[in-house]
Amino acid sequence: MREATRDPTWLSAGLIGLAVLIALVVLVLPLAAVFTEALRRGWEPAWEAITDPDAISAMYLTLLVAAIAVPVNTIGGIAGAWAVARCDFPGRRLLVTLIELPFSVSPVISGLVYVLLFGAQGYFGPWLQAHDIQILFALPGLVLATIFVTFPFVARTLIPLMQEQGQAEEEAALTLGANTAQILWHVTLPKIRWALLAGILLCNARAMGEFGAVAVVSGHIRGETNTMPLHVEILYNEYQFVGAFAVAALLALLGLVTLGAKTALELLSRQRMGGHA
Amino acid sequence: MSVRIAGVSRRFSGQAALDDVSLEVATGEFAALLGPSGSGKTTLLRVLAGLDFPDDGRIEIAGTDMARVPARERQVGVVFQHYALFRHMSVAENVAFGLKVRPRARRPDSAEINRRVRELLELVQIPELAARFPDQCSGGQRQRIALARALAIEPRLLLLDEPFAALDAVVRKEVRRWVRGLHDRLGITTILVTHDQEEALELADRVAVLERGRLAQFAAPATLLAEPATAFVAGFIGEACAIPARILHGRLDSPIPGLSTPAGWHDGAVRLFLRPHELLAEAGDGPALVRMIHPSLGAATRVVLELDGHTLEATVPPGAAVPERGGRAAIRASGAIAFAEDGMRARLVAGNLPAHASAP
Repeated sequence: MREATRDPTWLSAGLIGLAVLIALVVLVLPLAAVFTEALRRGWEPAWEAITDPDAISAMYLTLLVAAIAVPVNTIGGIAGAWAVARCDFPGRRLLVTLIELPFSVSPVISGLVYVLLFGAQGYFGPWLQAHDIQILFALPGLVLATIFVTFPFVARTLIPLMQEQGQAEEEAALTLGANTAQILWHVTLPKIRWALLAGILLCNARAMGEFGAVAVVSGHIRGETNTMPLHVEILYNEYQFVGAFAVAALLALLGLVTLGAKTALELLSRQRMGGHA
Repeated sequence: MSVRIAGVSRRFSGQAALDDVSLEVATGEFAALLGPSGSGKTTLLRVLAGLDFPDDGRIEIAGTDMARVPARERQVGVVFQHYALFRHMSVAENVAFGLKVRPRARRPDSAEINRRVRELLELVQIPELAARFPDQCSGGQRQRIALARALAIEPRLLLLDEPFAALDAVVRKEVRRWVRGLHDRLGITTILVTHDQEEALELADRVAVLERGRLAQFAAPATLLAEPATAFVAGFIGEACAIPARILHGRLDSPIPGLSTPAGWHDGAVRLFLRPHELLAEAGDGPALVRMIHPSLGAATRVVLELDGHTLEATVPPGAAVPERGGRAAIRASGAIAFAEDGMRARLVAGNLPAHASAP
């Protein structure tokens, strides 16, 4: 017997077909094009572009920025989600809006805000200059911009989960004599670990790929403040297509590996949950 | 340990969840907090556990004021409504949790912890589940795990929050008796929160009935049934039906005949509470309409009647003609509890029948 809620076959087939088509045209095709362009003249030029000192420095900088921004956002995201899901205080809704702000603001604007704050003509510019502290066109600026843009990922993944889970287990732990640190470590983190890892991986993927905000604060100093996405743009603008696509392919690979890890995690977590059910 | 609750109030955004509640539970006693949802029973339990704090009043456990003692130092074991087991830990790890989180100086070594966990799991009769995870256990087993986990901290007071609500009816009765047996063996002062009067009356030495944040009565089950202190208790306990009546010219004027007039009561409205066994029905040309019939083995047949828009449960006495569904029935009362509007209370007994009443 057919279920009443089941859609007609032609409709579900049509929708699936449409989704696959869009995915092919918008996602798979460009990705394939990146790799084809990168290897258009074989492995040799692509390899040269990747091992170019400027490219290596860009890679190093990208990984360094992500290595700082992701842990900061992990801790900040957990704290934000905890506050929103577990505490009731005036301004809670405002906090939710603030957490989501980076999603709704163009990254370029985010970058410009930092220029406004720390640039030579900015609010803190003269003071920073007087104390010889370099924020813009240097690592601190890149890190700040990346943190801003990627802040929502961890918090946004955790908030619905923590709200749904409630805090009965935390209360049980409290009556059993656990202190706050023990409750966080032994009860709360294990409850949210899979979602947390997924959030961290998404945050990482975006941190490595961020272009707009970073482009504004970087200053494009080759070998110094160029991250991988910025390096790709420079190479492209200089008509070094193979180099641009080779570095882009590498960047895409980093993102794909991250997404692959996230999918593997989800499968693993489902298996574990299934094992317990 | 003894528990003293003195004048405890708790307000949530202006609404009083607990309003000047005072009661004392003796060492080793099994007390129940009974009330409908919103009566404040769970709030009182949370206040005792230290998960919530009263706006007014004192909580004393074993004579010590608990106002400044946080939950984690109270040594109050709690079995939560849905057990709140740690899903990512095995059963043994769940039970061991309260011992493992102790400060190093008071923490038993791991061999001792293992021994205690084994002991507790044997106490709650599930030693074979030690390596399982909570999700792999049945509802009844989870309840035992939660109990073992709460007992691991050697609680001075054990709080049970609707612990049987998640169990199916058959398991519930059995587990209930087992829990009471365990209490009698261990002698830990226990407070049970429940909305199920049968559960409270069967399990507890004394039952505190809460009504909208106020303590209506705290007494032994038999006392609650025989001498309810307020109309609310009379209506809430023992399946009683409420019938409005009045005293007119010094005589009781009730839609149900058969009751004596309380001595010395003034004219005015009264409410009568009748338990099913106090309301007798018989097939015949009476005022009541028969809605439903519960046939029964051994015990007398119960019928559900409608009288002036009120639904009543009545008993057909042995030997009397059982009315038909949809037919009419004659009724009389063999006893009732009456409350006047000023709070006066009287137990009414079968009295002189007015001439027009047909006696079954």
